[in-house]
Amino acid sequence: MYRYDDFDAAFVAERNRQFRAQVERRIDGSLTEEEFKPLRLMNGLYLQLHAYMLRVAIPYGTLRSAQMTQLAYIADKWDKGYGHFTTRQNIQYNWPKLRDIPDMLDALAEVEMHAIQTSGNTIRNVTADHFAGAAEDEVADPRPVAELIRQWSTDHPEFQFMPRKFKIAVTGSPNDRAVTAAHDIGIRIVERDGEIGYQVLVGGGLGRTPMIGKVISDFVSGDDLLPYLEAIVSVWNVLGRRDNKFKSRIKITVHEHGIDAIRDLVEERFAEVKPLFSGVDQEMLAAITAQFAAPEFRQAPTDAYDAAYESDPTFRAWADTNLFAHRADGYAIAQISLKAHGETPGDATSEQMRVMADLAERFGHDELRISHEQNVVLPHVHKSDLPEVHKILKAHRLATANIGLVSDIIACPGMDYCALATARSIPIAQQIATRFDELKIEHEIGDLKIKISGCINACGHHHVGHIGILGLDRAGVENYQVTLGGDHTETASLGERTGPGFSADEIVGAVETIVETYMSERESAEETFIQTYRRVGMAPFKAALYPEKAKADAEARANAA
Amino acid sequence: MSVIVTDEGFGQDDWNGTYASLEDGGAPGIDLPSDTDPAALAALPEGTSMVRIAFPSSADGRGFTLARLLRMRGYRGRLRAQGHLIADQYAMARRCGFDEVEIDDALAERQPEDQWLFRANWQAHDYQARVRG
Amino acid sequence: MPRKFTPKVITGNALLEGDVVYLAADDSWTRELSQAELITDEADAQVRLIDAQARVGEVTGVYLADMAEGETGPEPTHFREDFRRTGPSNYFLGKQAS
Ligand code: SF4
Repeated sequence: MYRYDDFDAAFVAERNRQFRAQVERRIDGSLTEEEFKPLRLMNGLYLQLHAYMLRVAIPYGTLRSAQMTQLAYIADKWDKGYGHFTTRQNIQYNWPKLRDIPDMLDALAEVEMHAIQTSGNTIRNVTADHFAGAAEDEVADPRPVAELIRQWSTDHPEFQFMPRKFKIAVTGSPNDRAVTAAHDIGIRIVERDGEIGYQVLVGGGLGRTPMIGKVISDFVSGDDLLPYLEAIVSVWNVLGRRDNKFKSRIKITVHEHGIDAIRDLVEERFAEVKPLFSGVDQEMLAAITAQFAAPEFRQAPTDAYDAAYESDPTFRAWADTNLFAHRADGYAIAQISLKAHGETPGDATSEQMRVMADLAERFGHDELRISHEQNVVLPHVHKSDLPEVHKILKAHRLATANIGLVSDIIACPGMDYCALATARSIPIAQQIATRFDELKIEHEIGDLKIKISGCINACGHHHVGHIGILGLDRAGVENYQVTLGGDHTETASLGERTGPGFSADEIVGAVETIVETYMSERESAEETFIQTYRRVGMAPFKAALYPEKAKADAEARANAA
Repeated sequence: MSVIVTDEGFGQDDWNGTYASLEDGGAPGIDLPSDTDPAALAALPEGTSMVRIAFPSSADGRGFTLARLLRMRGYRGRLRAQGHLIADQYAMARRCGFDEVEIDDALAERQPEDQWLFRANWQAHDYQARVRG
Repeated sequence: MPRKFTPKVITGNALLEGDVVYLAADDSWTRELSQAELITDEADAQVRLIDAQARVGEVTGVYLADMAEGETGPEPTHFREDFRRTGPSNYFLGKQAS
């Protein structure tokens, strides 16, 4: 895994020193709130409904156990003993005090972490496939190039006051687990004639105007990547609209000018920028790649795993849902669900963080990952250790066997914390999970992704949920709009609205109706929700959700006949 | 009156020339608004010895890109950022190719010289210098 | 006819602590909505807001929030303000816990 060198460490220390001074200058009046706000945002500090919130980057979702332990320490010392993992591979602390922030940042720096550019109109924390370096299906590990992009984008002098935020995601696998098509720039590592390069997508994004990213280049070679990215961002920094914040993201710029015009501008700018890169970044990339070398995988029998799988049904259920194929023999990728039924999606207590850190240290080659699905991953566990890992997880309410199932819900903080929210998301997620747990049918339902956002900004990725739920404020009452058929993978698509929204009391029932409809429509247990939806379309779901409307329509048809 | 900020701190304006817009020309100095089209920079008159780029608000970062483009395209004269920049943006301005920053007295009073000198170390800790080589 | 003015309180977040505060009639900041001043006159509300927003060393994000007159002081008319005076619904934290 990547370790800071002296440069990185000195940079973060210096940056923290600057922020400490900025906080003091805000308090003594040298900085107005208007001037301080972009500075605090650039350092991850928000003001939310009930308090400040500090958003800490977990670059490309990768953590060492010592880092996770430190996150637990920070939660206990300066917050309220828990943290919230987000869809952008960050962790959020919901209760810090302004004067404590510089100390929290110093504590993060001790373990080579920071909160830089987790907010503000800058290039944000670069995200990547949470199975990077472990999955069987990858072309190359996306983390080295993500780290290179982190270094290039950090403190980039040209890109700190852009029209809006800018998000980049990288996948190294054709099976896109990083939602690259929903990012300002999505990067897919590809191989062409034995050479590793990058397919680049631009202009994806969710929010008010959801768009699937468009391919701007099919193949950018390694030494062209940074100048190419720089050309894209530089073109948009001047061209992107600053008169209307709803039109400022690059997806709108691409939409307004057309991908071909943007491509021409980018190519032109690229020609100017490229000579400024000496190529030394490729040497850096090689050095970074070496640091991400796979751990020494163990050769050992898996008898203990096989025996537990045979004899223990709880373990078997967990293994069937929460494990993913590893590229090394005898190993598995173990996913830890932060979605225990009825709990807050993505939250972990400091004690749970310590437990997970300890498991990574003892059984997981010291590695942890945070997924955009708000779960934690132990990417390298030898199968023979899994029964013990499972036992410990179970003792700490971390062994919920529901990865990819109906209760593995993505939910943004919504109006329980977020100042921008129009409705709550967390209680809806809690109720849906609890309901399906009572029904005991989630394994029978199979692969189904519910994603909930508490406002149009779509941090909960609702547009790309198989079932998407968007919380709105309808005349002072919480109301939930439902979309069906979204897809966050390499076959990305945006969900379609079912019709009028549902009240907070109705929404759980509506989801149940949708699931029942799927169960009766599917051709077999093997046909997943999204497959069934693509085959039968919206009609049966609409009819089931709005029976009165369906009845009225039928009567109208009968009368007309 | 205004204050000119350089790596040495606050100073007086020692530029005595006049300014004109890019369209008008005819002066040794050119004033560029922040919404200047990058393509229009090609019209920069020969012999321009000062370019002053406006920052109408500290949140408007277009001037950083314009400055870099001018430098990339070979402009070697004086380059000044003018308007609402804050001390924390001094390093960004310098790294993008500006020589100096022009602020008004009110801002200079609220953000005194020491806060700008705090970032006079702009050449240190620069990821760009590292990745570009 | 001019529309009837909805009564308001002035609210924001404390600069150092970040928690929700309300302006009381004596110009102090209170953490209790029930202690807040309910402003019923529109012109008065605007002037009080400008003065409150100028207190940048104490508070941030100051605005006027709609309220109704309740038995024990101002009562929120919208659920957002209800959450602000209470705390999150997933944990017993924030104002409800203090
Ligand atoms: S989707 Fe809206 S409510 Fe949810 S976290 Fe994002 S901004 Fe807040």
